[in-house]
Amino acid sequence: MNVLELKNISKRYGAIQALDNVSLAIAPGEVVGLMGDNGAGKSTLVKVIAGNFAPTSGDILISEQKVEFHKPLDAQKAGIEVVYQDLAICNNLSAASNVFLGREPTRKIGPIKVVDYAFMRSKSAELFARLKSETRPRDLVHKMSGGQRQAVAIARTLLSDAKIVLMDEPTAAISVRQVAEVLNLIRQLSDHGIAVVLISHRMPDVFEVADKVVVLRRGELVADKKASQSSPEEITGLITGAIEHA
Amino acid sequence: MATPTLAEVINRSQHHGLIAWITSQQIFWVFLAAVFACLALSMLTDSFATERNLFNVTRNFAFVGIVALGMTAVIASGGIDLSVGSTLVISAMTVSVIMSAGMPFWVGCIAALAVSLLVGAVNGVLIAYARMPPFVVTLGMLSVARSLAMVLSDNKMIYEFGPDHEFLLWLGGGSTLGLPHPLIIMVILACLTAFAFRQLRWGQHLFAIGGNENAAVLTGIPVARIKVSVYMFSALMAGITGVLEVGWLGGVTTNLGQAMELTVIAAAVIGGANLAGGGGTAFGAVVGALLIEVIRNSLILLGISTFWQGTFVGLFIVIAVAFDRFRQRKS
Ligand SMILES: Nc1ncnc2c1ncn2[C@@H]1O[C@H](COP(=O)(O)OP(=O)(O)OP(=O)(O)O)[C@@H](O)[C@H]1O
Ligand SMILES: [Mg+2]
Repeated sequence: MNVLELKNISKRYGAIQALDNVSLAIAPGEVVGLMGDNGAGKSTLVKVIAGNFAPTSGDILISEQKVEFHKPLDAQKAGIEVVYQDLAICNNLSAASNVFLGREPTRKIGPIKVVDYAFMRSKSAELFARLKSETRPRDLVHKMSGGQRQAVAIARTLLSDAKIVLMDEPTAAISVRQVAEVLNLIRQLSDHGIAVVLISHRMPDVFEVADKVVVLRRGELVADKKASQSSPEEITGLITGAIEHA
Repeated sequence: MATPTLAEVINRSQHHGLIAWITSQQIFWVFLAAVFACLALSMLTDSFATERNLFNVTRNFAFVGIVALGMTAVIASGGIDLSVGSTLVISAMTVSVIMSAGMPFWVGCIAALAVSLLVGAVNGVLIAYARMPPFVVTLGMLSVARSLAMVLSDNKMIYEFGPDHEFLLWLGGGSTLGLPHPLIIMVILACLTAFAFRQLRWGQHLFAIGGNENAAVLTGIPVARIKVSVYMFSALMAGITGVLEVGWLGGVTTNLGQAMELTVIAAAVIGGANLAGGGGTAFGAVVGALLIEVIRNSLILLGISTFWQGTFVGLFIVIAVAFDRFRQRKS
């Protein structure tokens, strides 16, 4: 059974065809490396799956059920979590507030619902510990390193019972050691049966964790291959167009 | 080295020591400046520390302070509200016209606040849903609301407020336990605002929008709705001030609250509201308003022409922003 299936997804921005008839199936716990040149449509695909906007045409199936997302919350409820390219982090808030952004827990004081900071702090400390990250819940994000910011964004996806985690360039702006941490985390997610879609320009990262590699070129899906049956050379050719199709 | 427990990690933060933390806060220095100005004035003039003058200062400062609470919310959410002075006058006119027609206070007050909320809602909807720049929308409203106040009153002064005349004057101009009523109301509103900023999801979301609107959208925060509510909150604060100010003045003309937006923005910014969005506190708004009013009062007492007030307010905004930039560069 597939946890996610896309059928003939297209997306236009006015005259730009950002996605052109993309079909793709992802199994539980599968790690998919999504590759492609700048502007190939990777972020657009992630945003369609995450419910940021509807596709112009095509269907999305979650666990074989057709779904329609009108807003990110719909996708979240269906078990889809996203780590965005810019991490979607507010620098002026604490790490804990960022982890719970948009779904702050509350407790009641009389008739008034107040934000439960104590719970937010202890829960995010627990998540950071699970990620083996030295991120402190009370610290403001604008003073943090790239890896810590990553941890904040990833901890957010662990809050709910996610089936799929979409990661847009999580390893773009961090140190080598932190990349290893993120890749480790991806493996952990996969071991727990959570599927991961990893967008990356870094070939070694993709081949280190991905079960399968998918290539987009000018909005078209030109490859969908097991990583073990492909090679960085072949993928590079597919990305640039030197190889037409796989 | 012992490994820290989970609880220790949770409670640890980047602020090492209370004193370092306090002195890193802009608000601390502003507060110090206000206290220093008060002390200097008490020594330099005979007229500052008189009961009558202090009563006036606290009341004037309360009016700016209340409006600055709303302005701080707007600025923290990444916007600006130039229409507060006009909202204030349309609220003042509404309550005056209704009361002078013989209606009781509560009818006039509810109508005035409803009109203010409507002004805020129009601002908010144009900004959040039609996606027009806050500067343009509220600048337009600055003109529209004041003009409507003129239409409403036929541009006449109103100084008869019907059966509840005395109550209105008591509410805006009277005092309880020696404290002017506007001051008491400002303190209550400041506490409520601080609570809302810090403890409600509304506050969290407002600061998230100001910090990174894109992130707020992506994490499913109802950005448009929050924005509308923020402009309505600002308008409500201006509306409340309008009602109180009528009571204090005992009469109202359509030039009430003219050019007030700049003083209020200055108060908010001096109090730490970040014009780029994402920063600001209720306490800061109050302290900023205090400093502005003390300086304004000192100009009068020291015999400096009131024509200089605009220069000071303008300089304050620029200096506060420069100070903030400087601090950010340092960190
Ligand atoms: N909001 C938008 N409005 C109009 N065009 C857009 C929008 N977002 C993306 N595009 C266009 O759609 C195409 C695909 O963009 P997308 O961001 O999905 O690429 P990407 O593969 O993520 O690239 P990168 O590697 O640079 O992140 C590009 O031509 C881009 O200019
Ligand atoms: Mg992208």
